[in-house]
Amino acid sequence: MLEIKNLHVKADGKEILRGVDLKVNAGEVHSIMGPNGSGKSTLAQVIAGRESYEITDGEVIYQGKDLLEMAPEDRARQGIFLAFQYPVEIPGVSNTYFLKAALNALRKERGEEEVDAMDFLALIKEKMKLLGMDETLISRPVNEGFSGGEKKRNEIFQMVVLEPKLAILDETDSGLDIDALKIVAAGVNSLRSPERSFIVVTHYQRMLNYIVPDAVHVLYEGRIVKSGGKELALELEEKGYTWLEDKTAAAVNS
Amino acid sequence: MIEATQTKKGTDPYLSSFAQLQKELEGKQPPWLQQIRKAAISRFSDLGFPTSRQEEWKYTEVAPIRRTLFRPAAYEPNGLPTERLTGLTFANLQCPRLVFLNGHYSAELSSLKGLPETVQVKSLAEVLEQNPDLVKPHLTQHAQYEDHPFVALNTALIQDGALVHVSKGEVIQEPIHLLFLSTAAEEVVAVHPRNLILVDSNSQVTIVESYIGLHKGVYFTNSVTEIVVAENAVVDHYKLHQESRKAFHIDTLQVHQDRSSSVRTFNATLGGELTRNEVNVVLDGEGAECNLNGLYLISGTQHVDNHTRLEHAKPHCDSREMYKGILDEKATGVFHGRIVVRPGAQKTDSKQTNNNLLLSDDALINTKPQLEIYANDVKCTHGATIGQLDPEALFYLRTRGIDRTTARSLLIYAFASQVVNRIKVDLVRTELDDYLFSWLPAGHLVREAI
Repeated sequence: MLEIKNLHVKADGKEILRGVDLKVNAGEVHSIMGPNGSGKSTLAQVIAGRESYEITDGEVIYQGKDLLEMAPEDRARQGIFLAFQYPVEIPGVSNTYFLKAALNALRKERGEEEVDAMDFLALIKEKMKLLGMDETLISRPVNEGFSGGEKKRNEIFQMVVLEPKLAILDETDSGLDIDALKIVAAGVNSLRSPERSFIVVTHYQRMLNYIVPDAVHVLYEGRIVKSGGKELALELEEKGYTWLEDKTAAAVNS
Repeated sequence: MIEATQTKKGTDPYLSSFAQLQKELEGKQPPWLQQIRKAAISRFSDLGFPTSRQEEWKYTEVAPIRRTLFRPAAYEPNGLPTERLTGLTFANLQCPRLVFLNGHYSAELSSLKGLPETVQVKSLAEVLEQNPDLVKPHLTQHAQYEDHPFVALNTALIQDGALVHVSKGEVIQEPIHLLFLSTAAEEVVAVHPRNLILVDSNSQVTIVESYIGLHKGVYFTNSVTEIVVAENAVVDHYKLHQESRKAFHIDTLQVHQDRSSSVRTFNATLGGELTRNEVNVVLDGEGAECNLNGLYLISGTQHVDNHTRLEHAKPHCDSREMYKGILDEKATGVFHGRIVVRPGAQKTDSKQTNNNLLLSDDALINTKPQLEIYANDVKCTHGATIGQLDPEALFYLRTRGIDRTTARSLLIYAFASQVVNRIKVDLVRTELDDYLFSWLPAGHLVREAI
């Protein structure tokens, strides 16, 4: 589904990613963990197509295509979805309008008929129920005046409506209480299928109790320094990221 | 020597127009108005056209108006078939209307069907001929011409426009449309429409005043509207400006509000090459409130200057102001929002907002709030922003599959809709929305999404 090879990325002249390699097969859930500033969000944003980053080396192949050549909207239409760490407030654009436009853009790409207002309403009502969302949120402007938890839930809500092939969750769990976390996890799990993959970027192991990953990678100073199974997340939780720092330091010194 | 100076000032042709008009009106106008005209033309002659050396005109250069030789528009009120209005933005609102063709009332195009008899809607020329005493207490009494050459010019050359008089306690449900059409194509004409809207106590009315150019002609509209709002009355005023892209448009809206009255204005500027809109409101009775709104949507080399002056003369009045501008290509804009709180106008609550969206590197806006507060227990806030489309919002929309052009259009529409949504008359809001959809590059997609 996705293959990242030797990816080097600069932002404001500073190298953030320094040779990332990652392979995600269809149906898999990969978790990327790491301390603050390790490059997790940069990686997520680069996959989604943010243009302010400078790709200095490497490649990203998605479903056999060069992803880095594609505009953000084309990536979305090919099935990539990023749940933002900090969802953007868009005053004046209602959630409904926005999501209907997005869904129809995707459907058009897939050669499907556009949904009409009635069907769309039925669809979003069902999905909102799934995520325990307050129905009034949908008529409000995108993320405007939403609490942190509401914004995160709104991202997952968009995801379940748009049904991407590859979803990247960028610290969706941060700042969520346990109930909200369970709801978010339920949303993700409802979409899990052999054709769909997830990259779950997180700082904490907690969410991985509910979204069980096939693989866990540790990103540290712009590189994946360790990969393993779901146990790795527990190990990190227990020992903390300083454990890595010590290890890396030891590796450099030896 | 004197002649040379006058030529330089550019006032000469207007002095001739005045002399000509005086001849035509001889014996047909009330002496009080005759006196006012004379005072006004003399003031205009003294002041001359403003220059950018004057603070009030610093960013708006009216030299192109001064240099152009405009002639008074000919009187041909029935020179246009009604069908010509179909499909023109704002021209065909389905409500009672008075239509003016190049400044002159056209009975043929007008229709007041559906209006109750308790409201008088007439051509001012007719009223001045038949019943001038009706307008005497108010006409020219509110819009000051002493310091304003264009108001002085308009006052001197008053010919026609609308008179609306709503009797005490009457609520007029249907909007009244005052439609000013210009058919100028080759002929370079000047018109000076003058409107007077009198709203008696406890009554309510909605006025839509629109200016539309049918051809791409160079012409000059110099309009003045006075609205006098009595105690506890409610007035909604919409001014829609879709003049020719070569036209000059200078307009003053002067509002006088009595106790507990409520006024809402909306100014939409879409057309014109050079536009100056002045909205001056005097809150002259306790508990009065007013709400000023505006949208300017301009491109090319259009220039729009919105000057508002809110005077809190009495205590316990509220005012809210929101003007939004969208400027593309080489368009330039000015927003000057002045709020004056008179001594004793305690508990004034005033909030002013001006937001500007620049869509190109060449577009330019000068925005200036000006607060003059002579009372000590007041709440006045103002905020002005100038910015481009939010790149974060743009990226967010694109990651959801919405293409760049549509995302941009959606964000521009959203920006405008925050003020457009304040329009209470559906007919007007729909027209303006339609215009926006046609103006935006992916407007049809935005319309579908919405």
